Amino acid sequence: MDISRHWRNRKQRYRLVGEVCPHCGAKLFPPRDVCPHCGMEAKTVETLVGTGTVYAFTTVRQAPSDFAEQSPYVVALISLDDGPMLTAQLTDLGDVEPYVGMRVEMVTRKLRNADDERGLIIYGYKFRPVLERALA
Amino acid sequence: MPELLRPERPVGIVGYGAYVPRYRLPAKEIARIWTQGRGGLPIEEKAVPGLDEDTITISIEAARNALARAGIDAELLRAVWVGSESHPYAVKPSSTIVAEALGATPFTQAGDWEFACKAGTEAMVAAFGLIGSGMADYALAIGADTAQGRPGDALEYTAAAGGAAFIIGPAEESLAVLLGTLSYVTDTPDFWRRAQQPYPEHGMRFTGEPAYFQHIGSAARAFLEATNTTPQDYTYAIFHQPNAKFPQRIAKQLGFTPEQIAPGLVVPTVGNTYSGSAILGLTATLDVAKPGDRILVVSFGSGAGSDAMAFEVTDLIEERRALAPATQDYIRRRTEIDYATYVRWRGKLVLK
Ligand SMILES: [Zn+2]
Repeated sequence: MDISRHWRNRKQRYRLVGEVCPHCGAKLFPPRDVCPHCGMEAKTVETLVGTGTVYAFTTVRQAPSDFAEQSPYVVALISLDDGPMLTAQLTDLGDVEPYVGMRVEMVTRKLRNADDERGLIIYGYKFRPVLERALA
Repeated sequence: MPELLRPERPVGIVGYGAYVPRYRLPAKEIARIWTQGRGGLPIEEKAVPGLDEDTITISIEAARNALARAGIDAELLRAVWVGSESHPYAVKPSSTIVAEALGATPFTQAGDWEFACKAGTEAMVAAFGLIGSGMADYALAIGADTAQGRPGDALEYTAAAGGAAFIIGPAEESLAVLLGTLSYVTDTPDFWRRAQQPYPEHGMRFTGEPAYFQHIGSAARAFLEATNTTPQDYTYAIFHQPNAKFPQRIAKQLGFTPEQIAPGLVVPTVGNTYSGSAILGLTATLDVAKPGDRILVVSFGSGAGSDAMAFEVTDLIEERRALAPATQDYIRRRTEIDYATYVRWRGKLVLK
C-alpha cells in the first residue's frame, strides 16, 4: 500500500476538497489544476457540497483483499450537484435497493482495512441515501 | 461541601450533533441464540455499526452536525477531542483523522480521551476550561463508541454504537449556557479491559450499587447542593444509560420524574453507546428543549466516576435546531439484522 499517496490525497478523500475555475466557475473533482471546461488554470481550492444523484451503479462481489471485509458492496457513478461526476461506494443501503436517480449524500467511512489488521485503516468518501429528516 | 467548577468567562454549547448507525440488533434475537428466548431483556434493540463504521467515522458525522448547528468554520476550532474506549488504533490518534476530515487542521489541539463511558463528558469539561479561561473561542468535544460485549455475556445485549459532539464556545453565542459542573471519582473496579483483550470483564453485581448508583448519585447530590437547586428546578435530566432500568431507578432515587428523563432516554432503542450514552441523551433533549429550559446531565464511566453538569437553553436553540439531523431522525432510520449478520460484521468470526 502506498502510504504517501493516501496521505497526499487525504483532504479530497476525507471531505471532497476540489477546485473551482476562476474563469468559468466550473467545479473540479478530483483537483487537477486545469479546467476541463475552458482549459484555463484552475487552482482555487473549494470544498464540494457532497450531495448528488446516482447516475449508474454495479455490485462488486469479488472484492480485492483490502476491501474483502466489506464485500459485497455497490459502486456507483455519482453526479454531484456541484457538477463533477465521481465514482464511489454506496453505503448504509440497509434494505434499500439502489436505483438510477437516487438522491445521495457524502459520508466519510472506512474504505479499506489492511487484511492483516496491522496496516493503516484508509478513510474516505462514500455516499448513502439522503437521511430523512422530520425538521428542515 | 465541594465547590462547583465554573469558568471565569461564561461558556456554553454553540452547536451539537448526534450520530447513530442504521442497523439494529433486537435483544430478543440475542436471547434466541443464548437463552432460548427466556429471561428479561435489558432493552428492545441496539444500534450496530456498519462494516465501514468505527469511532472515527461516527465522530466525524456527529461533529459535522455540530458544526452545521454552530455555523462556524472548522478552522476556528482550537481543540478536537475524541472520548472513546474503542479508538480504532492502539497508537495513532482518532482526533487527528477527525480534525482533518472536518477541516480543523493544522492549528488546533487534538487528543484522544479515555474513561470508559464518561470520556466524552470529561472532554467537555476540559473544553469548558479551555474556553472559559479565554485561551480559545471554540473547542470540539466528542464522545463516541462501537462497544463490544463477549458473545453470550449480559453486556452483549446492550453494547452499541453511536456518538455525540459538542462545540463549546462563549455563552453569548451558545444555544445552551453552562451553569456549572462537578465530578465524583473513585478507584472502583466494576468493569475493565486489559490491553489487547477484545472483550471487557465486569464485576457482575459490583456494577450496580457501588459503581453506577454510588457515583451518579453522589455527583448529582453534590451538584444540586453546590448549586442550591432541587430536581424541580430542571426541565429535563439525563443519566448515563447502560440499560433501561438503571437511569430510571437513579432518577427516581434523586427525585426526578419520568417526564423529566423521557426525551433523553434513548437506550431502549439505541443501546448503551458508552462514551456517547449520556450525551446522546443530551442531544435528543436539546432537540425538543425550549428557551429557558434547564437540563441536568450526569454521566458515568466505570473505573469509576461521574461528571454532573447543567445547562440553561437560550433563544438560539430555535434557529439552530433544524440545521442538522435530529437524534430521532437517526433512530427512526432502522434496518434490523440477525445474529449471524451481527457476528460477521463485528468481526467475531475467525477466518484464518
Ligand atoms: Zn473553467
